[in-house]
Amino acid sequence: MSVPDTGTAVGTLKFRNPLLLASGILGESAASMVRVYNSGAAGVVTKSIGSESRPGYRNPTVFEFGSGMLNAMGLPNPGIVDFGEVVRKTRASGVPTIASIFGSSPAEFAALAASMQEYGADAVELNLSCPHVEGFGAEIGSTPAMVGEVVKTVRDSVSLPIWAKMTPNVSDVAALAGAAEDAGADAIVAINTVKGMAISAKLRMPVLSHSVGGMSGRAVKYVGLRSVYEISGRCGLPVVGVGGISCGEDVAEYLMAGASAVQVGTAVSEGGPGVFGRIAGELSSFMSSEGFSSIREMVGIARR
Amino acid sequence: MHADRLRLVEVEEVVRESPSIYTIRYRDDRPALPGQFVMVWLPGVNEVPMSLSYTGEDKGFTFRPVGETTKALAALEPGAPLGIRGIFGNSFKLTTGSALIVGGGTGIASIIAAVEPFSSKARVHAALGARTADELFFEKRVEESGAVLHVATDDGSRGHHGLVTDVVRKLLESGGIGQVIACGPERMLRGTAVLGREFGIPGQYSVERFMKCGIGICDACSLDGRLVCNDGPVFDGDFLLDSEDFGRYRLAPDGRRVTV
Repeated sequence: MSVPDTGTAVGTLKFRNPLLLASGILGESAASMVRVYNSGAAGVVTKSIGSESRPGYRNPTVFEFGSGMLNAMGLPNPGIVDFGEVVRKTRASGVPTIASIFGSSPAEFAALAASMQEYGADAVELNLSCPHVEGFGAEIGSTPAMVGEVVKTVRDSVSLPIWAKMTPNVSDVAALAGAAEDAGADAIVAINTVKGMAISAKLRMPVLSHSVGGMSGRAVKYVGLRSVYEISGRCGLPVVGVGGISCGEDVAEYLMAGASAVQVGTAVSEGGPGVFGRIAGELSSFMSSEGFSSIREMVGIARR
Repeated sequence: MHADRLRLVEVEEVVRESPSIYTIRYRDDRPALPGQFVMVWLPGVNEVPMSLSYTGEDKGFTFRPVGETTKALAALEPGAPLGIRGIFGNSFKLTTGSALIVGGGTGIASIIAAVEPFSSKARVHAALGARTADELFFEKRVEESGAVLHVATDDGSRGHHGLVTDVVRKLLESGGIGQVIACGPERMLRGTAVLGREFGIPGQYSVERFMKCGIGICDACSLDGRLVCNDGPVFDGDFLLDSEDFGRYRLAPDGRRVTV
């Protein structure tokens, strides 16, 4: 049998395989993002960038457990002005670059998106879903009305594709996605981390310096799959699946739930950037052995 | 996920190595190699990376109290709880029969863990550098290991009056060195790596960067796309000298690329 075609597309953006680097992981320096691409990812999503620089929270900012981790980094970023060089360099190396941005108002999102468009980003991903910073992220993106307002304001100010990243910490994630679609988004990304916390029983205190953080890794895969399944059933936009992907079969599950591409984050902590090449190889083998010749044949097959 | 997840230990002992240098000892039977590090959480204060200056079951890390976290660590009493993550990072390797091992400032804390085991298998010259005699430590451990001790201080209060790289040059000129190992301030590290290249001696250099996660995902410690926490902290001299960042740039806590 011939080698399966792992190429895919999210709207007008084409990728050599469905694996993208998730936001917040190794997305701060151009050199790291280029390395991730050279290790087998089809593209990268940058760290979330805001208007001003932020150092983020004090350590501990991560806590690992058996099947995942919690983090509360606190949106550390150099600010939109300094990040221009990073996007330009990454893009100049031929890496499909999706720029993640976070703001506290629709106008702030729009201004950040306009800068990213000027820097040459291939798309912007709106962080409507970070669970651990007051005034940003999920606090902006937890109701359909707010999601719609942000997406519409960004849509009115830029022409590049808009990806809206959803929080799973709501009762109806598909309703959020529907609002993003109605307001002019080009793709839905789901999910961001699941809000959680770790407590040290012996110390009688939270482990993370910010107490509350976001859970990722294998433990959240089933929340991600359910979210993608519900979103793709309700809205017609391409979906990018995120959450707990660490092998080729995980990717296949997300594609079958309705995703056209996926993002990988926490798994990078297990094998470094090389996980992308490994997962891509596993996906290709899975497709061969199961008789799939293209990604498109798999997308949404679990809901047909 | 990493096997070396967060665990609580008790401080066994706080040792004052010199007027300005402290070691904290704790028990942990996880195997560690010279040059590896742990993330040390002082509850309520912060969590910071620390090279292991003792790698056996009675582990230890050695530091100079300069900021809030290290000052609070120096003030701990035996029995105080610490959170430990790791053992993280790669390690120094003995590849020849004669090594020059160089430690500058608190970098001595990292290289001492190589001096001791390597001295029993090879001829080792250990060159320690500090600003002043009060900041020197572990000279006795070097001598007891059987390594040949060389000392330099910026103010001449002990040993050679000048930079430790002066000592490195002399030793390389006199020949017979098969490899260089070093840890210390980046300017000294770069100086040592340049000398190593000049004399054609392969080198392993342990680099320090601001660190957050310690597990290779946050990108805070990126050095030309290599992660000091996961790919390092020990890097090959040629990689470092050919990189854009070594001796020039680091990422600040907010991710801005700033000069070292």
